[in-house]
Amino acid sequence: MNHWLTAAPILVPLTTAALCMLAWNYPVVQRVLSLAGSVTLVVLAGILAATTLNDGIQVVQMGAWAAPFGITLVADPLSALMIVIASIMGLCCAVYALGDIDPVRERGGFHPIFQVLMVGVCGAFITGDLFNLYVWFEVMLISSFVLLSLGGTKVQIDAAVKYVAINLVATACLLLAVALLYGITGTLNMADLSQRLPQVANQGLVSAIAVLFIIAFGMKAALFPFFFWLPAAYHTPAVAVQAIFAGLLTKVGVYSLLRVFTLIFIGDTGWTHSILLWMAGITMIVGALGSLATRDLTRAWSWQVVAHIGSMVMGLAIATPLALAATAFYLVHDIVVKTNLFLSAGLVRRLSGGEDTAFARLGGLFKAAPWLCVLLFIPLASLAGFPPLSGFWGKLLLVKAGLETQHYAMVAALLVSGLLTIWLVGRVWAEMVWKAPVQPPAALLASMARGRAYALMLPLVLLSLITFGIGVNPDRLLSVAAQVGASLHDTSAYVEAVLGGKAEPVPTLVGELQHQAGDRP
Amino acid sequence: MMDSLILRTGVRILLPLMLLFSIFILWRGHHEPGGGFVGGLICAVGFALHALAFGIDAMRRVLKADPRTILGAGLLLGILSGFITVPTGEPYMTAQWVGGLGTPVLFDIGVYLVVVGGVLAMVCALMEEGGA
Repeated sequence: MNHWLTAAPILVPLTTAALCMLAWNYPVVQRVLSLAGSVTLVVLAGILAATTLNDGIQVVQMGAWAAPFGITLVADPLSALMIVIASIMGLCCAVYALGDIDPVRERGGFHPIFQVLMVGVCGAFITGDLFNLYVWFEVMLISSFVLLSLGGTKVQIDAAVKYVAINLVATACLLLAVALLYGITGTLNMADLSQRLPQVANQGLVSAIAVLFIIAFGMKAALFPFFFWLPAAYHTPAVAVQAIFAGLLTKVGVYSLLRVFTLIFIGDTGWTHSILLWMAGITMIVGALGSLATRDLTRAWSWQVVAHIGSMVMGLAIATPLALAATAFYLVHDIVVKTNLFLSAGLVRRLSGGEDTAFARLGGLFKAAPWLCVLLFIPLASLAGFPPLSGFWGKLLLVKAGLETQHYAMVAALLVSGLLTIWLVGRVWAEMVWKAPVQPPAALLASMARGRAYALMLPLVLLSLITFGIGVNPDRLLSVAAQVGASLHDTSAYVEAVLGGKAEPVPTLVGELQHQAGDRP
Repeated sequence: MMDSLILRTGVRILLPLMLLFSIFILWRGHHEPGGGFVGGLICAVGFALHALAFGIDAMRRVLKADPRTILGAGLLLGILSGFITVPTGEPYMTAQWVGGLGTPVLFDIGVYLVVVGGVLAMVCALMEEGGA
């Protein structure tokens, strides 16, 4: 029975997408399907996570093809956690879209393509095969191209061109790296790779391939110096799309880095992980500075996405169990907060009645919608890292992990980045909430149909509650994060679950050839 | 739309031939090179030629169904073909064989429909935008 559960994160959104396409000309049916599919995904993801955390790693060999040859789906603690949080974000954005999406975009196929995006995200989280990961990246990218340009305004096309260009390069890098890895090991199953890579004779080549992976996933995750496309693209599409992009897409890159650099490339950590460390440190600072340099709410949040990617990769680069647990905790916190911030920025834009969210247009939110301010205070304060909200715990764990391993410069960078973020949050609060508005905000929500207003507000309430809940009662998530950290640090359970039993050391083709060449007189 | 007597006459003969050939390729893919993707492309090219010769509206009339509905139906068929393993308790997508005939052919028909639907949806969008 469990193998159906493990395949569910792919099957549920895929089936939803297919059904939505069949109902192409009936938007109402599509809405119902999209909502039902998202709720089902959340429920099944929750059951899958509970099963994984209690009973150990869940593995299914698709089509009953045995492990290194077929495609394996693996739900380990990290995958299960990511799928739960992704499915909740999917639900929130799907609900928000019901209230926000315009008829043109809806007729253009927003609902089915959104579900296809969720297929790609969940597939990337659950797959145990490197080439399959590449395929899910493609699924995710193609649907995100469509979502980004859906609506067809001039800024959107401009952003989509940049986004497509950078992602084509990243994808080419990824494909090249996967092909090279297959060339030297003859396998693409991640667990199998982790067994075979140490036996490759030419370890220099392995390190070179590792750097290619850093470049490919670094572009997806928007790490320095590959981050420039993100602030150029993320503010243009529909709000629900912005939110799901900001919440999930870059985090899939972080997840892939986490997976690959804890399971596969752990031979030359002095080289690969110090590259990651440098990139993480600079990303934190550059992202925070960028967010201060812009005078637009959505753009500032886009830069903040970049800044916090740095914090997560810092945990990965330090790579102690505590640091990995901190990364897992931070991922969950950041996904929830960023999705919330982008959704609320969309609402703020509607309230100020404008086309964009430039600071000059904002203001007077406290008078117009005091309850919204209270709601907004939670993600903002959590972003800044005020105790007792979730961001504080994430930063605390990272600082502790950094100090334990004497990474003082990184801790300093993290704290400076945090300080700059507090500055930004203060400025946003002053501009958005306190400042007298240029024009009085419209009483928009009151004039809206009941259902629409609820659809816009419910996701914000839910996300803020999650952030608040994690903040005041972090124990549950901390214990899960500790489990994730331990499973990433010691991957033998993962390998055993996938390959079944102790893996025999197998000499690789290249190793053999070189060995033979050496034997020859 | 190209107003050419030669093309129109040619397409009248070509379309049924291409459809037959596409189904042959689809069927051949069960055991030999071929399959749903190539077959679907051949079928889609046949309809695209029809659209070039007689216009997009005529093509839609011949096709009967909306290309996007065909796409969705194909996707659904592909997904459902994997669920045939439910009674046997094997993992998703495990092939079930009865004599020489297996469930992969159902998946392949799904791929065929997805390709036909996808390509024709693009053709329709491009030709309608171009005013043809």
